[in-house]
Amino acid sequence: MALLTVNGLCAYYRTEVYGISRTVRAVDGVSFELYPNEIYGVAGESSCGKTTLIKVISGNTKPPLKAISGSVDYNFGDYKVDMLQVSQEELRRNIRWKEISYVMQGSMSVLNPVRKIIKTFEDIIDTHERIRDKKKFLEEAQTHVNRLGLPTEVLNAYPHQLSGGMRQRVAIALATVFHPSLISADEPTTALDVVVQRGVLQMVKDIQSESHNTVLLVTHDMAVHANVADRVMIMYAGRIMEEAPTERIFNAPLHPYTQHLIRSLPMIGERSNKASLRGTPPNLANPPGGCRFHPRCPFVMDVCRTEIPELVLVRERHRVACHLVKEGSQ
Amino acid sequence: MLKVIRDLLKYDGRFRIAFIFLIAVVVMIFLSFVSPYDPGKSFVVAMDAPPSLKHIFGTDSRGIDIFWWMTFAVRNSLVMGMITALISRVLAIFVGLIAGYRGGWLDRVLMSINDSFVVLPLLPILILLGFLLRDQMNLFLLGVILGFFGWPYDARLIRSQVLSLKERSFTRTAVYSGTNGFWITFNEHLPFVLPIVFATTINNLLWSIGMEVTLSVLGLSDLTTPSIGTALFWANQHGALVAGNWWWIAAPTLVAIVLFLGLYLLFASINEYIDPRTRLRLIGG
Amino acid sequence: MRQFILRYLIPRFLQFLTIIFVGITVTFIIPRLSPTDPVEAQVSMMMARGESLDPQSVASMRAALTDMYGLSGSPIEQYFAFWGRLFRGDLGPSLANFPAPVSGMIGQAMPYTLSLLIPAVLISWVFGNLFGTWSSYYPKNKILSVVEVLGQAVRPIPYYIVAMVLLVVFAFFIPILPFSGAYDIGTRPSWTLDFILTYLQHSILPAATLILVGFGGWFIGMKSLTSNIISEDYVVYAETTGMKESKILSQYIMRNALLPQITGLAMSLGTVFSGALIMEVVFGFPGIGALTMAAVFRNDYSMIMGIAIYSIIGVAIAVFLMDLIYPLFDPRVRYQ
Repeated sequence: MALLTVNGLCAYYRTEVYGISRTVRAVDGVSFELYPNEIYGVAGESSCGKTTLIKVISGNTKPPLKAISGSVDYNFGDYKVDMLQVSQEELRRNIRWKEISYVMQGSMSVLNPVRKIIKTFEDIIDTHERIRDKKKFLEEAQTHVNRLGLPTEVLNAYPHQLSGGMRQRVAIALATVFHPSLISADEPTTALDVVVQRGVLQMVKDIQSESHNTVLLVTHDMAVHANVADRVMIMYAGRIMEEAPTERIFNAPLHPYTQHLIRSLPMIGERSNKASLRGTPPNLANPPGGCRFHPRCPFVMDVCRTEIPELVLVRERHRVACHLVKEGSQ
Repeated sequence: MLKVIRDLLKYDGRFRIAFIFLIAVVVMIFLSFVSPYDPGKSFVVAMDAPPSLKHIFGTDSRGIDIFWWMTFAVRNSLVMGMITALISRVLAIFVGLIAGYRGGWLDRVLMSINDSFVVLPLLPILILLGFLLRDQMNLFLLGVILGFFGWPYDARLIRSQVLSLKERSFTRTAVYSGTNGFWITFNEHLPFVLPIVFATTINNLLWSIGMEVTLSVLGLSDLTTPSIGTALFWANQHGALVAGNWWWIAAPTLVAIVLFLGLYLLFASINEYIDPRTRLRLIGG
Repeated sequence: MRQFILRYLIPRFLQFLTIIFVGITVTFIIPRLSPTDPVEAQVSMMMARGESLDPQSVASMRAALTDMYGLSGSPIEQYFAFWGRLFRGDLGPSLANFPAPVSGMIGQAMPYTLSLLIPAVLISWVFGNLFGTWSSYYPKNKILSVVEVLGQAVRPIPYYIVAMVLLVVFAFFIPILPFSGAYDIGTRPSWTLDFILTYLQHSILPAATLILVGFGGWFIGMKSLTSNIISEDYVVYAETTGMKESKILSQYIMRNALLPQITGLAMSLGTVFSGALIMEVVFGFPGIGALTMAAVFRNDYSMIMGIAIYSIIGVAIAVFLMDLIYPLFDPRVRYQ
């Protein structure tokens, strides 16, 4: 039973200033499902719409971003939520941080610089559950961070006294404090060195295996997906290109874009030249017609320029949107 | 340039108002050149006459038509403001550029002195100056003096712009490719610095004319020259409020408000136009 | 702690000394650049007043005046003598009220100025910041937009003109407030309730002018600061956690935006002080401003000088105090 069902979601940025109006179609017809107890990766290059997708899913749409059409439906077992219709009050009281939490891009700066970490903890927890016993709260906070591998001293520090990696881990600790059903993490490992990256990823894996919740992991780094994700979805120019279990994506990618992404990863022992795609990422205010990837696709056909390929199921849990691949053909 | 004005007129209400106000001011200035009355002569018309079609702002206790006197006043005040603006721009650019480019201890010393000037309570010092130079004081001298005190705030702004420009990649590229430092300043950086200089000039005008009004009202400038401040001074001297000649006070006050509001709105709307972040903020919703 | 003292306290203290040094030096240089010789001016004024003196008395008076003005000796000697007298707190006697010492008279007038200045500054700062924050967090609010327009409209107008407008409106058209003096004529200053009440009544207009003009500046500054902060990561983050708006506004947005505003407050003290002086002139408040005007009127050179010096030192001290308070608000400065 799906935890989250997204159907035909379109979310655009609409701006109008000094007489110039522009619509950026960041998410344009996205449909997918999330299930409990999995790590779902979203991959794609910068400005393909990944961050916008996360924002809409976690109910963080602020003007000029608006969800234009489609649906985002959650099923938390005993109650269901339509994310596009739910009220801010309902979101604030029951859903945010209790059912879904969000680890933002650039988590280095998500902590209030003038407040100690423990105070930030207090702020967040107090929002959802009144803290009656101060002492008990402190103990629980300590246990929580310790369990995630952070020393207790972290609680008494100010953000600028911690390193980037520690702040990232604090952010994750904060996101998991209520054991939410869905944790969305946007580029949690970017701007961290590899050693710290490993620590963060390990933390994510441990949390997931312990609470059996769902983690939506967005990153352009395919190596991260290879490491932690169960299923991976490839996004390009606001649309889904391919979605499959991790192994399949890496061993038998079907979409030309995915193929290119996989091929460009360096592998031990390999010595071949890496080719890059021709062209540049599309302008989302004025995207190409038909398949959005067609200007850069090495296998482009005439139909690709005019008709949008549908996202079809070619094999169990494997979907592709490409005119080269027919439904059920694998 | 014209396109910028057109855009602003269309979309920014503040700019529209500023435009109207400032056009009125400019009109007044031009009118001063065709004034039927000599501002130096008094008792040329009926005294204490309230505003009418013949005398738009009425006349005062010295037998002077207030409207035509004010046209000179506006012109003089603005000329003085320009003098201050010129001198302080030169100083501000000089200090700002040097501090920004050289950095190091020179920068620190300059900024320390700069901040001292910003913090200093100017009025007591200016009163001291006005007192001492009373006999020689005229609007030109006042403009020069204000120019020597009006640079620190803007010097700091220019300096921070220079600092951020220095770090930008295009500067480094120019330096690495061997471009002469002076050339970099002129060709690459000036287009960024000039808008700030322009915006701060307006702010500076606001400040200096405000100071002039204040000092003149206190009797510390050349009281025979028409200016917005001296108008108020004379009105007070002759007890205008008590005598019921409210128009004598109202006219310069009104003119001052129009001038200051016009300048300020111009400043605010241009500032916002220049700054890309505020543009983004305007978009929200 | 040592780091803090080294990196923060000492530079701020040095800045404090610099301000005083620059200010006092400027005050020293200015009179010596002017063509007016205060000694001669004083002597001729006294003679014009009809006091007939024999040449010997005039000569000795000249010498005494020169000495008093610190004009004896070479410029360098004068400069050092100047500082010497400053340290001793000796600003010389007031010429108009000879031989009352200038410092004494300033000391008497200062409380009036401060009692006007400090509350007005605090009120305009606090409310300006508060409204500015609300205005950027609730951009569609109509009332806030009106407040913004009003604040912006008053802000560029010189203090004097705003004071005049208020004076005319509230003392003439709607005569509910007194327009002159700090207390009703005939009342003696004392710590009685009556005096306090009449004092408050008289301070409303001058304080209101200061507050109105200052409000717009803080409003706009805070609005632009907070609107930048609102898009900062930690605020967006706090919102995603579902935190209550009031908490986000106070602890996350305002506390961070206030930091530059505190610095701004320190920087603006000089300007506000000047504004307070003008208020006193317009509204007849017996503070430093009134003292200054009287001094100008009666050619009391040493008084004017003394006031200039006092103002510089006073503002420098206030700025330094604010510098000391700042670390309490910004932990980044506390723990380097």
